[in-house]
Parts: sequence; C-alpha cells; structure tokens
Amino acid sequence: MDALSSLAGGFAIALQPLNLSLAFGGVLVGTLVGMLPGVGPINAIAILLPVIFVTGLPPESALILLAGIYYGSQYGCSISSILLNVPGESSSLMTALDGYAMTREGRSGPALATAAIASFVGGTLSIFALVLLAPLLSQWAIDFGPAEYFALVVFAFTALSTLSGTSAVKGLASTAFGLWLATVGLDPQSAVPRYTFGQIQLLDGMDFVVVTIGLFAVSEVLQLLEEGPVGKTGRLAYGRVLMSMRELRETTATMLRASGLGFVIGTLPGAGSTIASFLAYTAEQRIAGRTGRFGYGDIRGVAAPEAANNAAATGAMIPMLTLGVPGGGTTAVMLGALLGLGITPGPLLIQEEPDLFWGLAASMYVGNVFLLVLNLPLVGVFVRALALPRWFLMPAVTALAFVSVYAVNGTALDLVLMTVFGVVGWGMRKLEFPLAPVVLGLVLGPLMEKNLRRSLALSGGDWGVLFDSPIAIALWVLALASLAAPVVIRRMTTPPTPEGS
Amino acid sequence: MDGKAPTGRRAVHATALAVASVAWLACAPSPETRGWECLAPAAAGGGWDLTCRSVGQVLSELGLARGLVRTTNLPGAGGGVAFARAVAQRNEDPNVLIAASPSTTLRLAQGQYGDLTVDDVRWVGAIGAEYGILAVAADSPLRSLDDVLAAWLRDPSSLVVSGGSAVAGQDHMKMLLLADRAGIDPLRIRYVPFDGGGEAMTALLGGFVDLFSGEASEVEGQITAGRIRVLVTFAPERTEGVLAGVPTARESGVDLTWVTWRGFYVPRGIDDTRYRAWVDVLEQVGRSSEWERARASNRLQPFFMVGSEFDAFVQAQVEDFRRMSRELGLIE
Repeated sequence: MDALSSLAGGFAIALQPLNLSLAFGGVLVGTLVGMLPGVGPINAIAILLPVIFVTGLPPESALILLAGIYYGSQYGCSISSILLNVPGESSSLMTALDGYAMTREGRSGPALATAAIASFVGGTLSIFALVLLAPLLSQWAIDFGPAEYFALVVFAFTALSTLSGTSAVKGLASTAFGLWLATVGLDPQSAVPRYTFGQIQLLDGMDFVVVTIGLFAVSEVLQLLEEGPVGKTGRLAYGRVLMSMRELRETTATMLRASGLGFVIGTLPGAGSTIASFLAYTAEQRIAGRTGRFGYGDIRGVAAPEAANNAAATGAMIPMLTLGVPGGGTTAVMLGALLGLGITPGPLLIQEEPDLFWGLAASMYVGNVFLLVLNLPLVGVFVRALALPRWFLMPAVTALAFVSVYAVNGTALDLVLMTVFGVVGWGMRKLEFPLAPVVLGLVLGPLMEKNLRRSLALSGGDWGVLFDSPIAIALWVLALASLAAPVVIRRMTTPPTPEGS
Repeated sequence: MDGKAPTGRRAVHATALAVASVAWLACAPSPETRGWECLAPAAAGGGWDLTCRSVGQVLSELGLARGLVRTTNLPGAGGGVAFARAVAQRNEDPNVLIAASPSTTLRLAQGQYGDLTVDDVRWVGAIGAEYGILAVAADSPLRSLDDVLAAWLRDPSSLVVSGGSAVAGQDHMKMLLLADRAGIDPLRIRYVPFDGGGEAMTALLGGFVDLFSGEASEVEGQITAGRIRVLVTFAPERTEGVLAGVPTARESGVDLTWVTWRGFYVPRGIDDTRYRAWVDVLEQVGRSSEWERARASNRLQPFFMVGSEFDAFVQAQVEDFRRMSRELGLIE
C-alpha cells in the first residue's frame, strides 16, 4: 500500500541517529517539564525555538524534537495529576480523578504504569490512523462547523451528570460556577468586557492554570494542613510499582475504545484532547456500570483518559498541518515554529513535504516506544517522591503552585486569584461539591457559547441551523440518549436503592 | 509495603528532587538583566513573539546587541499587560524593546488599554509588514472585489465574513473600512469572529461563510492547494510571492490599504540619546541582508519606517482608528 511504503520511508528518516536522539531528548524533556502544571511544554518549546532556528536543523528534525516534547509532556502531566492531584493541562483533569484516588489507596504505582501503557497504546494506534486516514480526516474537520461544535459540547455536558457523585444538584451547581467563571473577560462577539471590574488582566478571562491549581493543589494543601504535620491517613505507602496482568486485561478494551474516540475528536480543530479525555472517561464509566468504582480509584478511569488524550494529541496534528489550526497552547507554539522554519501548513503539505510528514509520523511511533521504555522504570522513582516527609512535600507543592501560576502571565493578580480559588476549593470539598465540573465548565463554556453565537450569527438568528446537518443531528441524538440512559436503566433494574448520604 | 523505603532511598529521593528542579529551572525566568530584552506581548509562537525572536537574532548576528537578546513573553489583554508593564514598571529601562503591530494601535484607539494612551511610550520603528487580504472559496461565484461590492450594494447583509480577530479587531476593521470607502453602510456588514485565522479559514473552506478577512500569510497553503481564491490585497502595490497576481484594492477602485506592520516601542522615560540609539539600531537591522533573509522566511513584505516619521505614522493611525470606531459606534 502506498501509505505504508511512504511510512517505511519515514522510518528511514526517523531512525537516523540525529533524529533518533532528538526524539529521545524531546520525550525526556517533555516528560520532565510536563510535570510542571500548565506552563511546562509551552515554555520548553519556546526556549528551544531560537536554538532550533540558530542551529539550522532541517525542518523534519526540528518537528521531531518539538513533537517529542509535546507528547512527552502529555505523559508528564499525568504524573502530577496522579501523584499530587494537580492536572497540568485540562486534558489530564480526568486522569486526576481516579489516578489520585488510587494514590490515596497506595496504588500510585499501578496508576502510573497504566498511564504509561495507555498513553503508549493511544499514541501508537492513532499514528496508524493518522497515516491511513489523514486526507480523509482533514475533510471531516472542515465539515464540522459551529453548529456541530455546539452540539458536541452539549453532548459533553449531558455526560457530566455521571460525574456528579452523590448529589446531582451539587454537580449542577459546580458546573454552573465553572460556566460563570468562563464568562469573565472580553466578549469576542461584542467587544464588551464582562466581570472584569476594570482589571485589564481579566480581559483574557480566567486562566485554566490559575483556577485548576487553586482548586486542586492549594485546597489539597489546606485540607492536609488540617490533618496535622504527619497526617491521619497512611498516605506514605506506595505498594506495588507495576500493574498486574489482571489489571492489564481489565483495561485492554478500555484503552482500545478510548484510543479510537480520542483520535476522532482530536482531529477536530480547537476541540482537542480535553473533550476527548472527558468523553472517553464518561463512556467507560457507563460501560462499566455497577462493576465500576469510577471516581474512587478505578484503574479504567486512568486508562481511558490517558489513551484518549494521547490519541487526540496525534489527531491534532491533522488540523495543525493541513489547516493551520492549532489544537491548543502547545500546538500553537509548534505551528509558530513551523512557520518560522518556512513550512506552510496546507492541504498539500503531505505531498510537498513527504519527508517532514512521514518522518514525523514514524518518529512519533519511535517516540512512543521511548516514552514507554523511559517511563516504566521511572515509575518507581516518581512513586517514591510520595515518601518524602509531608513537612517537605506540602511546602514544595505550594511553592511549585506559586511559581507555575506566576510563570503563566507574570502578574501578581493571578497569585491572589489562585489563593482565593484554593480557599473556595477547600470549602467545596468540605461541603462535598465536586471540583472537576467547575474546571470542565470553565474549559467547555467558552466553546459552547462562542459556537452557539457563531451558528446564530451565520444563520441570521434562525435556530434551525443547529439541527441542519447529519453530524449535528447525530450528536443531538447522542445527547438525548445520554440524558435518558440513567433513567431508563434505573427503571429496568429492580427497586432503586435510596440515595446514599 | 509501608512508608519504610529500602536502602538507597536517599539516592532515589535525590534523583526525584533533581528531576523536579531541572524541570523547574527550565521555566524559571532568568535573573539575568544586563543584556537587551524584547517583550513579546503574546504567548510563544504568535506574531509578536516571532517579531521579537527574529529581530533579536539579527541583532545578535550583527553584533549590535550585547550577547543574546532575551525574549520575554508577557501575554494578556491583547498586549495591554505588556503595555502597562512598560509604562508602570519599566518606564526608565534603557534595555527593553516591546513588539507592536496595528493590533496595539487599534486597542489604544478603542481605549482597551485602560487610561493608557499612545503618548505613554516612544515609538521606534517598523521593519516589516503583512498586508490584509479578502478571500473566497475556490468554488465561490464571487470572482472580484467588484462582485463583492455589487452584492453588498444590493444587500449588505447577504454575505457573511469570517475573520480571526474579535469584533472591532483588525480583521473586522478591514471590512468596515472597505465597506465605508465603497459607500456601503458598514454597520450592516455581517462579520463572525473565530479564534484565529486558521479557524476562520476553515469556516470558509467548510462553506459556512462567504468571505474571509485575514492576512496574506494565513492563506498561502490553501492558495497553492487551489482551495481558495484571493480577490484583493490591501497593499499599496502588488506584493511579492504567491499573491503577485492578485490586484490591490486601489487597482480595483477602492482607496484602502491595510498594513499589518511589525515594529517596536520603548518606554517613555528613557532619555533622547537612548531613544536615538534605538532608532539607529533598528535602522541598521532593517537595512541589513541578515534581516532581509529573516523577513522573507517570516513571510513579511518589505516595510521600513523609523524615528519621527514612524511616530507620526502611529499617531495618525490611532487617530484614524479612533474616528472610525466612533463613527461605527464601537466606542463612545
């Protein structure tokens, strides 16, 4: 097959000593900086950009290095999610739910190993999909208009109900809080500032990193402070380092499904890995049904989002290379680097720059192997970081939180906001409001609002535009099914158990 | 196993710590302040960032700067955070340049930087530019600017334009000015903002909009693939490269240019000698063959204006934008 022979040519490029070592270096650096919340990969690539331009690396080598950092950091983010409950990027938010729960149970080793293996599976499968389907998928990305995006986000929100924990009302309240936060800033459709109180720093809206680190990391530290310097739970235990064969078997199907879902959603420009990991998680949660312990340390709750976000990271290469649309902060920097190297993204890129495209695809495969080989042995090292005495670990997390948040925009206001969100998060934990819906509301809210208003602006105010295409209708049906499913299932099974308190 | 770690635990902890601190160092801002610094008011990879990095590199190559020029990204409020920083905290810093473009002047004109005005900094010069363009999908019935204007004359709301900037931003402003100059009510032009040129272009390709307002560099890949057609450029004369065959708006009978210049300002508080030195430095960069190469690889067209001439240009531009925004009811 043509694509496969081209891929073989790509391997010839990726396996050159220079490119091989760049892929390795990229993956290593990516994993390290990815552990830093939020700013890691973007800054690492930004720091390397001038080096790349000065040394005159051929474009494919430069891209191989940058891509290595990119997916290395995807894995790095999962490490801080699992060990410290600090999701560094919105795509690793879902990993934190069950990953950190597993850590609390002393199962951080299997959680990290699962994350590494799921990332590998998601990455590897999606590369084959990339090679075989790239031309087809760039058309699907084009057909996906504002109305379809709106339906997709609505569908994602209907899936939120499964995340609400004990009380649906509290879940809704958390989501609403997140949606409100999402409205802060300059409204792009009317150029009117909302809830900015005259602060120009707030014109860009609430930064994901500020809110997440406040809600998750700072509130965690506050909560641990209450437990005293040693703590009341046996959290220092770290148990087994690797996952068992049974756990591997248990998660195989999950990884496969999540990889497919992640790749397809990742190819949508701008939607990217957050929606992918979120939908993969909730889908698996529903498939597991009563057998699952999602939210309380189910290993599939780690495997699903990790496979999905790595697959989505690969999928995001398609809109980036063929349409020039970055899927997120890190791909935006890579796009800038490409332009700086004289590469023009466009539908002809694959034909015009075969070395670049196929070399990149092959190097991604090689990089994923490196990632696995590098990280499985390191699981033991990372896990032992938990054994650090708490009087050291907690101040270190706090310091890291402040540095990371300050590094995003370099403004003191962000530090104040982060602290406020820390206190809010602590209060929400006390009152048992779930935290994840706040962040999802913040991330998905703007996507929902912008695309609804775009659809209506395009149609001249006719709401029918929302149900005008087969893709949109399919998504609406899914959304309805997702809302109806829990009710139907409850009806069908014998008397509903009273809600636990 | 409980918390008791095996022998060698200390070494392992040390490794974990080392790993963490290496990662940390990678993104900690350097305390080095002696060299020159270029503030990019956007995240890495954006236009301002590339301006800083490419000019910084040429400065080093020419030996004009002491060592490497450091680029600091200070995103926020469409450049407002960096502008405020230059005014409030760096006012007397002789070693800092800040990247700017018409996005800066547009926001200043619309009062989006709070109380700050164009006179709160000193304008050094611009050494490259892009030009605005208007494009349609390859299968569009619109074949020239005349076709677009004719359709607009019949019914200004019959066509929808996409662009990568917010309402009242650059891509929108181009269309408003175009309509205004052609005698069409700009308030009735339908503009839908997207997140960046790439998404706006995708909407054009998907058939969701009729027109795309953007920059030459945003359309290059799609032009060579034959998927879109550029109807007109807003350059003063024909541009270099793939758009050489596309008429300018002036040729098509509408007197409109849109220059997306790439330039710099410096803090107000530095003395005149230092300001003249900056102008001199930028002039040397702008006339060097090293910059010529960097400019071409960044897809910028030739544009060169420094010192008092540039200062007057910026003042006039802000005035223009303010008048336009007021007429359009975008500001009071």
